[in-house]
Amino acid sequence: MTGRTEPASDMTSPGRWHRRHLLAIEPLSREEILTVLDVAAAMKEVSQRDVKKVPALRGKTVVLLFFEPSTRTRTSFEIAAKRLSADTVSFAVSTSSVSKGETFLDTVLNLQAMAPDAIVVRHRSAGAPYFITNYIDACVINAGDGSHEHPTQALLDAMTVRERLGRLDGLKVAIVGDILHSRVARSNIFLWHKVGSEVWVCGPPTLLPPVFRQWPVRVTYRLEEALEGADVIIVLRLQLERHVSLRFPSIREYFQRYGLTRERLKYAKAGVLIMHPGPMNRGIEIESEVADGPDSVILYQVSNGIAVRMAVLYLLLGGATVP
Amino acid sequence: MRIIMTADDMERTLARIAHEIVEKFNREIAHAVMVGIRTRGLPLAQRLQARLRDVAGVTLPLGALDITLYRDDLTQIGPAPLVRKTELPFRVTDRPVFLVDDVLFTGRTIRAALDELIDYGRPRTVRLFVFIDRGHRELPIQPDVVGQWVATELDEIVHVLLREIDGRDGVVVTRRTEPLNFEALV
Repeated sequence: MTGRTEPASDMTSPGRWHRRHLLAIEPLSREEILTVLDVAAAMKEVSQRDVKKVPALRGKTVVLLFFEPSTRTRTSFEIAAKRLSADTVSFAVSTSSVSKGETFLDTVLNLQAMAPDAIVVRHRSAGAPYFITNYIDACVINAGDGSHEHPTQALLDAMTVRERLGRLDGLKVAIVGDILHSRVARSNIFLWHKVGSEVWVCGPPTLLPPVFRQWPVRVTYRLEEALEGADVIIVLRLQLERHVSLRFPSIREYFQRYGLTRERLKYAKAGVLIMHPGPMNRGIEIESEVADGPDSVILYQVSNGIAVRMAVLYLLLGGATVP
Repeated sequence: MRIIMTADDMERTLARIAHEIVEKFNREIAHAVMVGIRTRGLPLAQRLQARLRDVAGVTLPLGALDITLYRDDLTQIGPAPLVRKTELPFRVTDRPVFLVDDVLFTGRTIRAALDELIDYGRPRTVRLFVFIDRGHRELPIQPDVVGQWVATELDEIVHVLLREIDGRDGVVVTRRTEPLNFEALV
């Protein structure tokens, strides 16, 4: 505000955000990631007030365009937008004209004609959010595209770790399970690499193809090796609905080899953080006692998801329109 | 560049502000809370809190307000400005709130601060203490206690330098394009 007397150096704060869309973690710099996390920490306080609403995005319209089923992410974005006073419109595919044969592009062009300020999109195809940016003026936020990325999930994971462990660098982060189908894994791999932590990925070879050896990660098929000395364990859901062929003999065998149990947890550091992006399959990728145990921060992730999404919406929509 | 106050001047002014608060709001102090507006209102509020402890023998609870999410010019300025935490570790309802900022100019920061405060509850009263009043109000807002009134041009910037943030104390006025020369303050 004009009455403030910031010194000149504050004006060029390296934490400034200049992006119009949030499509992936991959193109972000370490500084941009930290900017989102800093703003998210401030946003978290808004959710703890009696009046959980600030006027920052008054008059902005956020469309939630979900082509895949989602409760948690859509609700989280909706609450985040509302706490910033933006108006939200949900566009669920099952009730939309897509089910009447409209193409993806036509749906997008129709939305553009309604002049929203931001579109939060989830789609089964990788690159769908990027595709949209060519046709609309609104800011686009990727809420999960195929097996590509789910940037706000990785950001909320990082926020949870920073809150709990006080840092993001020098950690061993183990990502366990269905790596092949996981956009959460990809976003997290990029994020933890950028902030200076070591990522281990672990799963059965059918769900962890050799291509990952070209990524900035350590690959192992032995769960004990991934867990050894880990500070953070990210357990992934077995995405059976995406499996086109049988990837392992049985669920029971999968749990025996790759399920996170109290017994296996002993390999990790004391006070290891156990995270899961949800929805969780108890007894398949994670034992109930572990999911509900003292090391689990799964529900903190959900709370932090709102703060991170508020930060992203605010950073994209809060300032003047970036040309 | 004009030097308005040296570090010594600032100490004397802070002492006077504290005495004036006691004189004017003696009946409110016992129940009041102190709220500094980020960035520079917060260290000033901390210093006033210490002064009031010496002068009036009470330690007011201290809070910090970040008014970024309440600004009325968010859609006019460049990239979204960074937001820092608002921390009010007390209830404001039915209590006098002593609001502290470094410079009072257009009054828009105070408008935003009042809106944010009221989202936290219904204060009994809100009193405004500013270190510098530089005039040019755009809203009907006035301070209750002022450190110093400074005549300024619209294209000038009033810098209240604080050792907690800037490493030194002092108040200077520069043209918008003019760099800050710290050495002149010594």
